[in-house]
Amino acid sequence: MAVYAKLEIPEKGEIVANITHFARALRKSGLPVGPGRIADAIRAIDAAGFSNKQDFFWALHACFVSRPDQREVFAQVFRLYWRDPQYLEHIMAILMPAARGLQEEHKAKAAERRAAEALLDGTKNNDIETPESERETEFDIDASMTFSVKENIRNIDFEQMTMAEMAEAKRLISKITLPVRPLASRRTRAANHGQMADWRATMRGAMRFGGDIQKLAKKQRQIRWPNLVVLCDISGSMSSYSRVILHFLHAASNAKGTGWAQVHAFTFGTELTNITRHLRNRDVDEALNLVGTQAKDWKGGTRIGDCLHSFNRDWSRRIMGQGAVVLLITDGLDRDDSQGLGAEMERLRLSAKKVIWLNPLLRWDGFAPKARGIREMLPHVDSFRAGHNIESLQSLADALSKPEDIGEKARLMTMIRKNNG
Amino acid sequence: MGFKSIQDTQEQLANVGYVCGRALATVVFLSLKLGRPLFLEGEAGVGKTEIAKALAAALERRLIRLQCYEGLDASSAVYEWNFAAQMIAIRTAEATGSKDRDALNTELFSENYLIRRPLLEAMSKQKDGPPVLLIDELDRTDEPFEAFLLEALSDFQITIPELGTIKAPEPPIVIITSNRTREVHDALKRRCLYHWVDYPDFERELEILNAQVPEASKNLSHEIVGFVQRLRDEDLYKKPGMAETIDWAKCLLALDVIELSPQVIADTLGAILKYQDDITRITGPEAKRILDDAKATSGMSE
Repeated sequence: MAVYAKLEIPEKGEIVANITHFARALRKSGLPVGPGRIADAIRAIDAAGFSNKQDFFWALHACFVSRPDQREVFAQVFRLYWRDPQYLEHIMAILMPAARGLQEEHKAKAAERRAAEALLDGTKNNDIETPESERETEFDIDASMTFSVKENIRNIDFEQMTMAEMAEAKRLISKITLPVRPLASRRTRAANHGQMADWRATMRGAMRFGGDIQKLAKKQRQIRWPNLVVLCDISGSMSSYSRVILHFLHAASNAKGTGWAQVHAFTFGTELTNITRHLRNRDVDEALNLVGTQAKDWKGGTRIGDCLHSFNRDWSRRIMGQGAVVLLITDGLDRDDSQGLGAEMERLRLSAKKVIWLNPLLRWDGFAPKARGIREMLPHVDSFRAGHNIESLQSLADALSKPEDIGEKARLMTMIRKNNG
Repeated sequence: MGFKSIQDTQEQLANVGYVCGRALATVVFLSLKLGRPLFLEGEAGVGKTEIAKALAAALERRLIRLQCYEGLDASSAVYEWNFAAQMIAIRTAEATGSKDRDALNTELFSENYLIRRPLLEAMSKQKDGPPVLLIDELDRTDEPFEAFLLEALSDFQITIPELGTIKAPEPPIVIITSNRTREVHDALKRRCLYHWVDYPDFERELEILNAQVPEASKNLSHEIVGFVQRLRDEDLYKKPGMAETIDWAKCLLALDVIELSPQVIADTLGAILKYQDDITRITGPEAKRILDDAKATSGMSE
C-alpha cells in the first residue's frame, strides 16, 4: 500500500463524522462502501478542501462510486444528505423496516411456491388435492420402477405435460449440463510434449548444469472458456415453454464445473430485460419469481427486432467479447412486420462466436419456415434446433460440444430457397 | 513540480492542450495527491488515453504505456530474459574454456540480460521523477492478469527470482482505462479512484475542438460540434466520440470546406460513423434533418 501522511484534522471533526454518516447512507442505498473507502474519502476531502460544493461532490464521487450505474444513486443520496442529513435518516428509518418486511415476505413466498402451485393447479383441474410431498414420492416410485416412464417423459412436449410430469421434467432438466468447447488462449503453460519452446525454463534448467542445455523445455497454449449469452422469448406464443426454459437456464447458469466462464441471460417480449443476477439465486423458484417481477412483458406480444436492437446497442459490446456463444430461444413469430430483423440478426451473428437458435415450433415434422421473422433470422444462425422436450434439450447439450453442428438449418434453408425460387 | 489545486490542475492540463471539466480535474488532482491509481471508464474516443499523455506532458514526466490484450502475461508486461544473448554468452564461456559456474550464473542473470517491459520500467528510477504509467484498455485482458496487477499496484514492487525485489523509489502515477467490454473486478476498482468519462457537452466540445484544431473557423467548428452533439441523440450503434469530432474537423479542413452541407456530410461521414448500419441510417434526408436541427439550436444559443 502507498503510505499516507497521518491525518491531522482536529478542527474538521464535524466533517469526518458527516462523511461517515453519508457513507452509511450510501451503503444503505446499496453502494458497496467499506471503511477503506471512507478513509479515502476523508483524505480526499482533506486534499481537495470543501469550499466548493462541486469539488466536494466530485471528490466524494471518485472515492465512493465504482460503476456507471452507481452514479445516479450517489447523486440522489448526495442531494438529499447534504441538504439535510436528519431528513434523509428520517426517510431511511421510515423506509427501511418496510423494505425489509417486503423482502422477508418475498422469500417466504418463494419457499412456499412449490406447494402453493401444486395446490392451486389441483383445484383448477378439479382433481382431488394431494399434498405436494406425497405426490412427489408417489411419482418417484413410479419412475424408479419402470424405465419407460422416464424414457417417455423425455419425449413429451412441455405443452402437454401434466403437473406431475412437469415436476419430474423440471427435476430432470436441473441435471442437464451444457458442456462447452474451450477456446485456445494466448497464454501458455509448461507441457512436456508442447509445440512451443519454453526458453525461460530451458535457460533455468541449463543454469543448473553450468550452462549446458540438457533438454529443450516445451510449452503449449492454455485453454480458456467462453461466455454463454442466452436470449429467451417470454411472449404469449412461447408461454408454455419459457417457464421450463428458464428452469433450464437456471440449471445451466448455476451448474458448477461445466466450463462456461460466465452465463448472461436476458428475457424479451416487448422489451429486453437482463435477468443474469436473478438466475444466480440458488433456489430456482425464488430466482424465477424475481425474474417474473423484473420482466414486465410476460405473455405479451413479441418485438424481436426491437429487442435484438437494444441488445446489440446496449449489451453486445459489454458481454460478447472474448468469443461468446449465443443461445437464442424463440419461436420467431414477430408481432411487428420483422422490418430490420435480418440486419439485427446479422449484427448479432457478427459479434458472437456462434449463434444457436432453439425453436419449440420445430417439434412438428411438417414445420415450414413460412413466417417472415423466421425467414429473416434463419440465414444468420449457425445452428437451428428444436427445444420442446427434454430430449431436445439434451441433444442441444450434446451438440454444443461438437464443433460444427448446424441442426436443422440446412434442411430449412433449402425449403426457403425452394419457396423463393 | 505538481499541481497545487484543482483549479491549477485544470489550467495546467489546458496549457498542454487537454481541456477537461472540473469533475475530471478534481479526480486527477486527488489521484496525484493521494497517490492512488486513477481508473477511467467510458465509451471509446472520449479522451481517456489522452489524459495520461497530457498529464505526462504537464508534469514533464515520462509516459510508459502498457497496451492490454487478451492473453497478456508477465513476460510481455513485466520482464523477460534475453535468451538469445544468454545462449551466446554460454557458448562463448565454453569456447574460452571458462569453468567458473557461479560467475557465469551471476553474469547471465544480471541486468545486462534483462529486457524491461512497461511495468518493470515504471517501477525503476527515472531521472525526471516517477513516470506516468498508462495501463490502456484493461478490459481486454483476462482476470488472472487483473489479479497480478492488483498485487503490483498495491506494493509498487516486482520480484524477479534471479535478481531479487525491485521496488519503485517513488510510486508511479497510474492511469487505468477501460472501454467496458467486460466488468473489471471490484477488488481492483476499490484500490483506485473511479471516474466515468462522458461525452463532453456543447461548450466543452467546442473548447476542445478549438484547442486541438485551431485552424478551423469559428463558424465551421460551431457547425461541426452542433452536428455531432445532435448526432449523439440519434439511435446509433456506436456514437461518435470526441476523437471522431477532431478527425472529422481535420478531414473537412483538408477538403477546404467552409460550411457543412448534406452533400459534404455524406462524403465524409466515414470519419465520424464507423458502422455501415449507422452510415446508411444517417445519409440522405436524415443528415439534412439533423443538420437543420443543429443549426437551429446553435443559432438560438448565440
